[in-house]
Amino acid sequence: MNKLSTLFVGIFITFVSAWLGLVVIPYIQLGGLKPEKDEITGALMPPALSGSAQRGRLVYAANGCVYCHSQQVRGSARRLPEGEVPPDIARGWGARRTFPRDYLGERPHFLGTMRTGPDLANVGLRYTADWQHRHLYAPAAISRGSTMPPFRYLYKKQRIVGAGTPDALDFSLIPGVEPPEEGYEIVPTEQARDLVAYLLALRRSSYDLPEAAE
Amino acid sequence: MSPISAQQSALNPDADSLTPAQRMAERAAIDRSCRTPCLVFFGTSMFWLMLGTILAIIASTKLHTPEFMVSLPFFGDVGLLTFGRIRPAHLNTVIYGWASTAALGVCVWLMARLCRVQVMNTWILVTAGALWNLGVFVGMLGILLGWSTGVEWLEMPTQAAFILFTSYALMSVWAILMFANRKPGHIFVSQWYIFGALFWFPWLYGCVQILLLLQPVEGSVQGIINWWFAHNVLGLWFTPIGLATAYYLIPKVTGKPIHSYYLSILGFWSLALFYSWNGGHHLVNGPVPAWIISVSIVASAMMIIPVVTVAINHHLTMKGSFHLLKTSPTLRFVVFGAMSYTLASLQGISMAFRISNEVTHFTHYTIGHSHVGMYLFFTMMMFGAMYYIMPRLVGWEWPSARLIKIHFWCTAVGGVVMIIALAGGGIEQGLKLVNIWLKEAPTEANPSGTPYSFMEILAGTLPWLWVRTMSGILIFIGHVAFGINFVLMLLRRGERRLTPTLLGEKSSSPKLEAVTA
Repeated sequence: MNKLSTLFVGIFITFVSAWLGLVVIPYIQLGGLKPEKDEITGALMPPALSGSAQRGRLVYAANGCVYCHSQQVRGSARRLPEGEVPPDIARGWGARRTFPRDYLGERPHFLGTMRTGPDLANVGLRYTADWQHRHLYAPAAISRGSTMPPFRYLYKKQRIVGAGTPDALDFSLIPGVEPPEEGYEIVPTEQARDLVAYLLALRRSSYDLPEAAE
Repeated sequence: MSPISAQQSALNPDADSLTPAQRMAERAAIDRSCRTPCLVFFGTSMFWLMLGTILAIIASTKLHTPEFMVSLPFFGDVGLLTFGRIRPAHLNTVIYGWASTAALGVCVWLMARLCRVQVMNTWILVTAGALWNLGVFVGMLGILLGWSTGVEWLEMPTQAAFILFTSYALMSVWAILMFANRKPGHIFVSQWYIFGALFWFPWLYGCVQILLLLQPVEGSVQGIINWWFAHNVLGLWFTPIGLATAYYLIPKVTGKPIHSYYLSILGFWSLALFYSWNGGHHLVNGPVPAWIISVSIVASAMMIIPVVTVAINHHLTMKGSFHLLKTSPTLRFVVFGAMSYTLASLQGISMAFRISNEVTHFTHYTIGHSHVGMYLFFTMMMFGAMYYIMPRLVGWEWPSARLIKIHFWCTAVGGVVMIIALAGGGIEQGLKLVNIWLKEAPTEANPSGTPYSFMEILAGTLPWLWVRTMSGILIFIGHVAFGINFVLMLLRRGERRLTPTLLGEKSSSPKLEAVTA
């Protein structure tokens, strides 16, 4: 190989073959995927996110939730015994595996590569907004043994006015964490509210997709 | 002297028709011409290496001690210290700041040496180097301040990516000019790899920037494209540069040509063909079409060809020269790196199959694997290259053999311990997560057995993660030793040596590493 042209053509062709295979063809195959419409109610599946949840997706991105939490319920490649479901489903992370259509409208995607924490594909079906706020503020107090970092910087302390803020943290439900001094409350910032709106919107098992019927 | 055949010149970096004196003079002139741009790249890469290692230790500690460094004095709790920002800051600092910057420096020097022309248009390189560092700085700051894009390996805000792309484009233009002016009839194996890498990386980077960030595609296709990119950064950018370095430096230090031309060709083309298809194996059992995963698994298995080919070729080149590992710092790091390449690749192949991937995916095992590739292979290879190149740029030998030894043993032992901790912890975590390793074995009353709860699995990883943090500290000590030696060398401290700094008392063949070799 002492000719630059031969070298270049080879380098070009090998790379383009994979580019076509892993970028262009998947795009052609899946790029036109549309949400499924429920015949009776006319609701879209997956449903579109609210504005707050959309902003929450950016909070999720900015604070790197994806490095510990995946959002995909996998099948299993093993031959499981009769009546046994894939481990992801057995752990309660979803009633069915997830499909490409489940991720429509997600920019960026949070498929994830790591499960230091549990999968979040359906976390909206498991916990309430109040629980999420308490857990984000003091993870180890809410779920014992958790190594999730505390997201106290997404909360602020303010003087109680009138009856107080409805979503202020209820410290009687956060064992071992010092409440703020008398007359003050800890409330979520806009970012925390958006993040929790996003987490509550993660409920992919709550609708059915035709491809899940196989 | 007889004319040099193309095949010969592809194998022997010293194949030319010059007298030794002429060759020495030519090389000295080339090395001098590399001095400014290479020092810009190497010097700044050292800074990112140190910062990246500190970020790594912080992130690693946070995984087992979540309250570690969550607040700053006076500011209280701040977002920029949260694990989810420190971790991508670490990754981007070491990938784009350390590894890529060092790789660009090595590229410049190898290109000049192998094209056998002095570096022209130094201003292009210096501008590219300055822009590259600016891009990494802006990007890292962006991640820490919460402007991450949230896409793994591409977290840097688009503004930073634009600066990086511009810098890289300048590098490519420079490389094309160098190739166009090269002395005829001499394309050494390393140049195939460099040529490939300099073409592949901008395409990869430009393509994902458009498809994932500027005009994002829909849904889980993003995952496929994301991993097509992230896997190819390793396979088509770092691997070719790492192998180009090994292909050049092993014959240089041992004084022997590469063992086989045909193995070199097979290794290069099979790498180009198969590696580029590997990305899909990051989504095994995931929400993407099964054919993509199958194709990627097949391509991953085929990687056995380039890996074994290159391993045999390097081994047979080294054969008879292994005693030099005792004395030559360059060879020790380079051979360590080359052996790790084989290990990393074989491990990668074993992780690509559906059955094994189900266990190792989503665990620390994968993180361990990426460190085998990026640290034990690529980073060690760059250390080896810097040990060889730096004295030729500065005109001063490494001041301290002891610091080199500390550097080698701390990084080698630290790296290996880290891999063992992450692999061991990852396998335990993975087997428990997929309910193969059960808390209570199946009985008649409880036919499927009792699986471990998620919290029990998490608790099981903690001792391994502590070991990993310790290994990180050891690695950091090694880097500090290297950094001290690097700075002392720039300051021309220590005794003036006429022969290279070697490890151990007996120097078997110092002339091979003499400054003009």
